[in-house]
Amino acid sequence: MIKNKSILAAALMAIALVASPALAQDATHAPTIEKQPWTFAGIFGTYDQNQLQRGFQVFREICASCHSARLMAFRNLSEPGGPGYSEEQVKALAAEYEIADAEVEGGTRPGVAADRWPSPFASEQEARDANGGALPPDFSVIAKARGTTQPFPWWILNYFTAYSEGGPDYIYALLTGYEEAAPEGVADFPADKYYNHYFPGNAIGMAPPLADESITYEADANGVTPPMTVEQYARDVSAFLMWVAEPHLVDRKETGFKVIVFLFLFAGLMWAVKRRLWSKVEH
Amino acid sequence: MASHASSYTPGSALEKWLDDRLPIIRWSKEHLMDYPTPKNLNYWWTGGAILALMLAVQIVTGIVLAMHYAPNVALAFDSVEHIRRDVNGGRIIQAVHAVGASMFFAAVYMHIFRGLYYGSYKAPREVLWILGVLIFALMMATAFMGYVLPWGQMSFWAAQVITNILGAVPVVGDPILLLLRGGFTVDNATLNRFFSLHYLLPFVIAAVVALHIWALHVPGNNNPIGVEVKASRDTVPFHPYYTMKDAFAIVVFLIPFAWFVFFAPDILGHPDNYIQANSQVTPAHIVPEWYFLPFYAILRAIDFNVLFIDSKLGGVIAFAGSILILFFVPWLDSSKVRSGNFRPMFKWFYWLFVANFVFLAYLGAAPAEGIYVLLAKIATAYYFIYFLVVLPLLGRIESPRPLPASISEAVLSKSH
Repeated sequence: MIKNKSILAAALMAIALVASPALAQDATHAPTIEKQPWTFAGIFGTYDQNQLQRGFQVFREICASCHSARLMAFRNLSEPGGPGYSEEQVKALAAEYEIADAEVEGGTRPGVAADRWPSPFASEQEARDANGGALPPDFSVIAKARGTTQPFPWWILNYFTAYSEGGPDYIYALLTGYEEAAPEGVADFPADKYYNHYFPGNAIGMAPPLADESITYEADANGVTPPMTVEQYARDVSAFLMWVAEPHLVDRKETGFKVIVFLFLFAGLMWAVKRRLWSKVEH
Repeated sequence: MASHASSYTPGSALEKWLDDRLPIIRWSKEHLMDYPTPKNLNYWWTGGAILALMLAVQIVTGIVLAMHYAPNVALAFDSVEHIRRDVNGGRIIQAVHAVGASMFFAAVYMHIFRGLYYGSYKAPREVLWILGVLIFALMMATAFMGYVLPWGQMSFWAAQVITNILGAVPVVGDPILLLLRGGFTVDNATLNRFFSLHYLLPFVIAAVVALHIWALHVPGNNNPIGVEVKASRDTVPFHPYYTMKDAFAIVVFLIPFAWFVFFAPDILGHPDNYIQANSQVTPAHIVPEWYFLPFYAILRAIDFNVLFIDSKLGGVIAFAGSILILFFVPWLDSSKVRSGNFRPMFKWFYWLFVANFVFLAYLGAAPAEGIYVLLAKIATAYYFIYFLVVLPLLGRIESPRPLPASISEAVLSKSH
């Protein structure tokens, strides 16, 4: 018996010794993307309405000139849990946009709340032609299509904290991760690309989209104007993109809280009944 | 066990009339209520009820999803988002179905490992076990095809990689590959037939589950001490004792299920699957869903040629072998003692096997480079050694602890 135990222990030790340097090595590839404090993180998270409105402003004034968001509808902007615009505001906003519609005379008509966000380019080819061959990805679900990785064993914690903000964390890191020029020692950096710490391969086709003071924020209800910095813009637009990807997140979490509370109570009742039933049986 | 006298007496003239023509109420009473069940089953034995529930959940949510889903390469990705964004209750139904696949596999792994520990595959339950392995294989096929349907990058490249491995099979490989894909590459035809088969297979699984339960009700349940039921005092009727216990276990199981559905519906998936499929862009890491990782590691572990078998075919053989070997477990295990509780040496090898399986999953997610390649080979080797060497030999050299005479005796000596 003891012999078996020691053989097994030795085998496990050997595996652990061989594996651990390999695992440690794995973590040093790219700079780690920091987790940001998002209002919508965690099981009680909700979107910050003001932040979504600011993020929408950044999206509209900067991102939307190249990036589409073909699954976002104007009506989403007035739905509960979102940026909280009124239906009238959304109607007026939609009407500012020309929507391609083959059914009407002239091929375009003013938008209505039911329309999806119009794409800046008519086709993928047109988008590539306007952007030096690179295709600006669609923003409908971009916040869920990007993610971060934590080294073992930290990612295990994510299941218990319900960490689902890897996308906005990545977007924030990307938008604030530009360098003026490639650092020394990076050979053959393509001349038509920009250096970014967090973009896979570091050479990104998109020029730094944000600059301090490039968007004018209005003062909020308390008369406070949020800082007009790249960090603040990046934070706001990342939050907005999370909302675009998951417009009903708040409703989902609220429902979830009720469901989990119910299940705990129900499980308690079932346990009590089960115990009582089985108390008559020797088992 | 199953041949106990029926306690059913028709309560009304109508029931009597029906009983003479189709004794379905009698059958239900015998099999769903009176079925004598060992009274010492622990919570690992609630896996069957949980799995039955999961199959029902997947079928019901799947049928609703199919009402809104469009199996076409141009529409599939957006139609899944349409379900999440616009369909009433869609985001919950879709999340339940996607997370449900993971929970289904979590439950089936618990069920399989329970069977391996307590020797539930041993005579007279070989057919029961074989049907279970068949269900597992069908589940894998169903889950794989279901994962392709949202037509994201991982969907597409998983389909590409996994169908490709069939091409490694000599002679029939290429025609099968062509038939499965419906063309020379993964495209609209592939998506269509995967959708069709993904809708069909769950009903095949349901049919095999019916056989599985039938094969259970003939010899009756195994139990934690592995000693057969000897007298009626060893058992309790299935209803209300086990219906109640199973129902409680199901509610507890639903808690983590709901946690994922409502608070982290995407955490078990891969972000790349939110990028629409693109045959021109290969993702940096093509990783299957977590429940396939151990077998994916085995598939990749064979990176060397053996005689005329090249590494690609070798990987396919190891992969297929790792599932097929489960069919033969009843005859590979030479020990007469069922329960691992009474097998001191077996316990060590068993828990090492469990740890090794988890480790294989880890390796399946790791890149196939450096030290991982060697570790995958070692872990794959142990997977097979466990079945081909440990189980056959252990029964011959191990001296098991004395078994209790009966379930009742074990129960009485345990408590107080």
